[in-house]
Amino acid sequence: MTVFKITNAWKSFNDSVNVLRGISLSVESGEVVSIIGPSGSGKSTLLRCATLLERLNAGEIRYGEEIIAENDSAGKSVYREEAALRACRQQFGLVFQNFNLFPHFSVLKNIADAPINVQKRPKAEVESEASALLEKMGLSDKKDAYPFQLSGGQQQRVSIARALALKPDILFFDEPTSALDPELTGEILKVIRSLAEEKMTMVVVTHEIEFARIVSDRVIFMDGGVIIEEGTPDLISNPNNERTKTFLQKLRR
Amino acid sequence: MPLSVILAKLSQGMATSFAIFSLTLVLSLPLGLVVALIRLRPNRPIQAVTRGYISIMRGTPLMLQLLVVYFSPYYLFGIRLTPDYRFWAVIIAFVLNYAAYFAEIYRGGIESIPVGQHEAAEILGYTKSQAFTRIILPQVVKNILPSVTNEIITLIKDTSIAFAIAVTEMFTIAKAIASAEKTMVSYAIAGLFYYVFNFIVAITMERVEKRLNYYR
Repeated sequence: MTVFKITNAWKSFNDSVNVLRGISLSVESGEVVSIIGPSGSGKSTLLRCATLLERLNAGEIRYGEEIIAENDSAGKSVYREEAALRACRQQFGLVFQNFNLFPHFSVLKNIADAPINVQKRPKAEVESEASALLEKMGLSDKKDAYPFQLSGGQQQRVSIARALALKPDILFFDEPTSALDPELTGEILKVIRSLAEEKMTMVVVTHEIEFARIVSDRVIFMDGGVIIEEGTPDLISNPNNERTKTFLQKLRR
Repeated sequence: MPLSVILAKLSQGMATSFAIFSLTLVLSLPLGLVVALIRLRPNRPIQAVTRGYISIMRGTPLMLQLLVVYFSPYYLFGIRLTPDYRFWAVIIAFVLNYAAYFAEIYRGGIESIPVGQHEAAEILGYTKSQAFTRIILPQVVKNILPSVTNEIITLIKDTSIAFAIAVTEMFTIAKAIASAEKTMVSYAIAGLFYYVFNFIVAITMERVEKRLNYYR
């Protein structure tokens, strides 16, 4: 089953250069897709458009059976009304590079507030689920702490739990380890890996190519707003495209 | 005039000063937030109106604004108002003036919240108003508290400006006693009143700030 599909997406900011140039991507249920590529290649923009933080100029977006944006007769993207978009946001989660936890909420409240106040689910049920998520993240003892009292790696694990608490069909990660000290990236990659084992559908923008090779079902190389190469993780060891080769060599250096 | 009489007279004035202070605060804090939110709308004409309002309120003396509010119904429109209007003119002028200052404080506070907070709230499915009341505003309140304390302290002292239209607040009465009795005692008591009042406000606000220090 296709969970997410973006088709022929074009995006420019202020009518200048096109950041996305007709990119298409479809993600199947249970699949883990890694997107790698040099900075400025449009990876983050793709993710921001997929999660509706930015709007496409042209192209279509689908979540499951639902069409979120489609082209009008002039070929411009038309989005559904705000209420439908808000409902759609329940189907996906996004883990930010710099966590964006709510500083005035305790760890537990960061995770439980949206399920309670957005999804209107019972408080007791949500809080016990939130505690279970924290345990899974190895943070049971931090439930009453505030974000400023946590390390970057712990904050990022809380933000993953926050996204999971809404039970999304697909989880997007925007360079989830880039804001962390190198010794802390391991704990986040471990969490993502365990989610992959549970068949969570995920799209991960990352610079950790070794991690991408191990965890992904499919790897996508982006450059200049298009996909230049895509395939199984073996591609990382044996790229065909020249630009991919150069990029990977630079990373290995 | 014995001290007890001076005190009795001054305490009436204190009550009026306190009424001006509390009414102004209770009305201008929410009005300021409304003005700030309008000011932050992308709509240009509305933005221009609120900017003009804030600019005039900050750019002219409060005393002048008070005189305009008090005298313009009669001089401009020939409307005779009851003596009660004196007090309400003070409230109207003060609320309009302080709302402008508070609006700028709120605006700064709202703009200082990182865009990531808005984006996280949006992704999690909060409505715009939920995001504002649950996520943004509580953080704004913490950030702006020191500036708000400053304004509150200024407001306490500004209540004496009601003297300009002879509202019988603390300072007006103190001056009346001083000139009738040729004494400085009433001024000393008035000064002490303002100082103690401010002292209490400063301590209270400090406590509130401390209570909000549970997060950074």
